[in-house]
Amino acid sequence: MNETIRNLLAKVGGLPVAADGLADEADLYAAGLSSFASVQLMLGLEEAFDIEFPDSLLNRKSFASIAAIEKTVATILSSQKAA
Amino acid sequence: MDMQVSFLDRLFDSGLLIDTGVEGLYGRSGEFEGVIAAFERLIDSIGGADGAEAIRFPPGMNRAFFEQSGYMKSFPQLAGTVHSFCGCELDHISLLKCMEEGGDWTEGQKATEIVLTPAACYPLYPTVAKRGELPMTGGLYDLQSYCFRHEPSNDPARQQLFRMREYVRMGTQAQVTEFRQQWMDRGVKMMEDLGLSVEIDVANDPFFGRAGKLLVNNQRDQNLKFELLIPVTSEVKKTACMSFNYHQDSFGLKWGLNLEGGEVAHTACVGFGLERIALALFAAHGLDTKLWPANVRKVLWG
Repeated sequence: MNETIRNLLAKVGGLPVAADGLADEADLYAAGLSSFASVQLMLGLEEAFDIEFPDSLLNRKSFASIAAIEKTVATILSSQKAA
Repeated sequence: MDMQVSFLDRLFDSGLLIDTGVEGLYGRSGEFEGVIAAFERLIDSIGGADGAEAIRFPPGMNRAFFEQSGYMKSFPQLAGTVHSFCGCELDHISLLKCMEEGGDWTEGQKATEIVLTPAACYPLYPTVAKRGELPMTGGLYDLQSYCFRHEPSNDPARQQLFRMREYVRMGTQAQVTEFRQQWMDRGVKMMEDLGLSVEIDVANDPFFGRAGKLLVNNQRDQNLKFELLIPVTSEVKKTACMSFNYHQDSFGLKWGLNLEGGEVAHTACVGFGLERIALALFAAHGLDTKLWPANVRKVLWG
């Protein structure tokens, strides 16, 4: 999952730094992730993991770091499995 | 019939607004315009000493700048583009025939280089960027324009063509956030002096679609937009009569607005919804300005 997220980030994140060089906990907004790039990222994640973000997770925290994205995606995946 | 229709009907009956047959597209009477003119003088009397550069653009903007602004990413549902007939004589004949038959004659209209201005400050950013670097003191601008948003409604406070007066500040983060706070304080005082009940609340723009929810939450989480709310058609659902927007460095980056030395400028804008403020005054004090409280009349007309 981590690699898929990093690939997406490299593709749509529009970051001035290489996504490879980012620590899992690094603040993506501080690294230059814009609001629009986070929208692209969200749509990309939905396609890659076949998930749909619920409204409650459509916020800055969900995309704050690679680790946060992993956690968000895992939460959605487990709730979709349960449903 | 709801409250909104009845206030709109009363405005029509009194002649303050003039029905055109299209929701949100109204004529204004001299008395209505007199209130807006007086309110704009009040804005001048408070903001004038700040030394803003006044610029007036017509209510249409360069389509290329509109495209670059990213407006279609956020608010495609609100945009209004100007289209014209660009055909030959033969096309003209087909056009007239189509109109006569009641067909969709607009299908063949071609986009012009003009888009209706969605907010008074939109044409400003590329204009200032073209001038080169801003001084370290930044920039302050005074704008007013009719603006268009495609949102037909029978709420008189939600018009499709309305005027927005704006001050825009460009500079360092500290300069622009101080500017925004100053106008929040001034705005509250202005409205209270006019006998209006007012509150300020965190707000968001009407970003389009489900992805827009993320943008809404981002904007609210970061306190980027505040609105000054006044009851117009409803005590419960108040109307935003001013907005206070901090764009961080997003417009600076988008338009290449730099301070002397190359630092990206932060920007903020403060907007007055002129029709909404006039309507708030009419809703609070009645439809005849001669009968408004003496203290309110004094603030507006001396």
